[in-house]
Amino acid sequence: MLLLIASEAFFFMALIIAYVYYRNFTNATDTVAKNLDVVKTGIFTLFLIASSFTLIFSKKALLNEKYVLYKILMATTILFGIVFIIGQVNEYMGLYKKQITLSQDIFGSSFFTLTGFHGLHVILGIIALSILFGISFGKLKIVSISAIQGVDIYWHFVDVVWLFVFYFVYINPLL
Amino acid sequence: MSLYIKMPEENEPLPSLKRARGKLLWISSVDHKQLGIMYLWLALFFFIIGGLQAMIIRAQLSWPENHLVSPEMYSQIFTMHGTTMIFLVLMPALIGLGTYLIPLMIGANDMAFPRLNAFSFWMTCMGGVLLYFSFLAGGGPKAGWFNYPPLSEMNYTSTAGVDYYLVGLILTGIGSIGAALNFVTTVLCMRSPEMKLNMLPLFVWMMFVNAFLMLAAFPLLNSGLFLNLLDRQFDAHFFIPSSGGSALLWQHFFWAFGHPEVYILALPAFGIISEVIPVFSRRPIFGYKFVAASTVAIALLSYSVWAHHMFTVGLSNAVNSFFAISSMLIGIPTGLKVINWIGTMYKGSIRLTIPMFFAIAFLIDFTLGGLSGISFAIVPIDWQLTDTYYLVAHIHYVFLGGSLFGIFAGIYYWFPKISGRKLSKRLGKWHFWLFVIGFNLTFFLQHILGMIGMPRRIYTYPDLPYWKVLNLFSSIGAFFMFTGMAVFFWNIYTTLKKPRTVTSNPWNAWTLEWAVPSPPNLKNFVEIPPVHSRRPLWDLDHPDKPDKRLN
Repeated sequence: MLLLIASEAFFFMALIIAYVYYRNFTNATDTVAKNLDVVKTGIFTLFLIASSFTLIFSKKALLNEKYVLYKILMATTILFGIVFIIGQVNEYMGLYKKQITLSQDIFGSSFFTLTGFHGLHVILGIIALSILFGISFGKLKIVSISAIQGVDIYWHFVDVVWLFVFYFVYINPLL
Repeated sequence: MSLYIKMPEENEPLPSLKRARGKLLWISSVDHKQLGIMYLWLALFFFIIGGLQAMIIRAQLSWPENHLVSPEMYSQIFTMHGTTMIFLVLMPALIGLGTYLIPLMIGANDMAFPRLNAFSFWMTCMGGVLLYFSFLAGGGPKAGWFNYPPLSEMNYTSTAGVDYYLVGLILTGIGSIGAALNFVTTVLCMRSPEMKLNMLPLFVWMMFVNAFLMLAAFPLLNSGLFLNLLDRQFDAHFFIPSSGGSALLWQHFFWAFGHPEVYILALPAFGIISEVIPVFSRRPIFGYKFVAASTVAIALLSYSVWAHHMFTVGLSNAVNSFFAISSMLIGIPTGLKVINWIGTMYKGSIRLTIPMFFAIAFLIDFTLGGLSGISFAIVPIDWQLTDTYYLVAHIHYVFLGGSLFGIFAGIYYWFPKISGRKLSKRLGKWHFWLFVIGFNLTFFLQHILGMIGMPRRIYTYPDLPYWKVLNLFSSIGAFFMFTGMAVFFWNIYTTLKKPRTVTSNPWNAWTLEWAVPSPPNLKNFVEIPPVHSRRPLWDLDHPDKPDKRLN
């Protein structure tokens, strides 16, 4: 799993490099950055970070065999993930209303590709978490440790990638 | 003291063909041996297609002002020839040998993730099918195997070929990442308990290092491919300079993948050679540690050389000199390996079997390819010779003289283990001489063609001095190779018809895969021989003078 993550890291690195390259090394002016709502996205970012913490605690609860606590924390994690996705959809809708699309210009292309691929990974993570959550209701009371460790590491990775994306796409243009 | 260690019993047998019936059930197999064989058949199948494409190219170029195929067809054929040979022949052949041999060589019963293994194979296979489907969907890709934008963008190439190229390569890329994940985990977790990392056979070691290269290189390619696909299908602007994008960025992405890819294809071949040469020189490898360490050096350096493919795009002089120096540096660990292989052969009692023939041809031709590579690292020479036939000659010396000769050596060497039958030595010699003479005839002359100015990828050419005769002889060489390959296929066909006669260790080799019957049973090892050195079977056969104990 760690190796897969390392491999994924290279994928996102390439996408982020593309974005930074266009902004800093070409003459084009960034058309997307000034239309982004940093505060709102910042709040949704907090949700994603919080979900990482709830996942850590839920894993701890599972290891200590506190199943009810584990289920509650797991549900919170999934919920926070969904909130984040709703935030992103909201952002996309806003941008579309301002006529900013994938095909509008180079920054539209790289913004939607980068955040889109990240969103895809978050959705995948939510699905994996939901499976773990669903299993815990069935006859299989204990989810195998390696499964939750894999999903755990994946979720943190998605979280960290978002921090980088948030920094480069949202914060950096303001500086 | 017991000589053997008991393997723990598997609780649940893996699903396999051996207990089911019929060839169709191969598609559900998760056994690493069957998947390895399927990889090899896949490579062989696409090798025939890619080889026929090469024959068409050579036929078209064999005399001036020739119009055998149309220019559009010609562009599609040379694009597909390059793409097929790299992604659908060399990659599957090397991954296939790795899939078949790594568990056997480290004393494991299967890969770490058998299902992922099957997934990787079928992704690669489907990627290939999709790539060739383009011919039914309005024409193959025709922007060259490295698919430079803006030529590969919608407004210059409007047929669907490039889209199939992009999707097909994304799939094979995902397959390769899966295989690499599997290799690393297998080597780390599934080794015989006594085998330490410094006792790995060199082939396994090089596949192991190689897997890290794949894990880092293919995501870069895939992201580039995705961006290009978005450009073509959703009107994005990543690589279109006229609307703010950058065509150069594709080149950076592609070659940051592409140069490690050269070593991804070369390192396993080095590994095969490092197994073949010691066995047939009857001496342990000279300087194991240097060979192993130089592999890591090559892997690391290969990430700092990619811009030598881009000397002509107008990067600054400082950037050019950095990449020139790092490209020359990478010659050092590679040269070190060549010296180690020669050192192994020195004073050995060499047995001239077919694998050894190919290993020696590899040493000579790969070194030639390496030397022409060094000449490309010198920026002014690169400016003069890039995009000429000198470059075509160089890439073929590296990929055929390097990777393919390594694969041939590996196939002749491990064929008895895989099938239980030895390939005919008489036919093998015909194959070897026809192919090696043809290869050198075809591609050595192309060095000269490049130096007198013939650009690559041209459809046809006027009757300039020497061009006609050099091209004609080059095409004759290609025909020699074609005949040699026909002999090879005939050899495989007739050998597979014969009954199984080979004992478990026909070459008197020393690594663990030769401790099991040929072909191995579904469960590789009932018991693993004790491993105390790099040559466990030597220690078993010669208890009086074993190798130095390493654990």
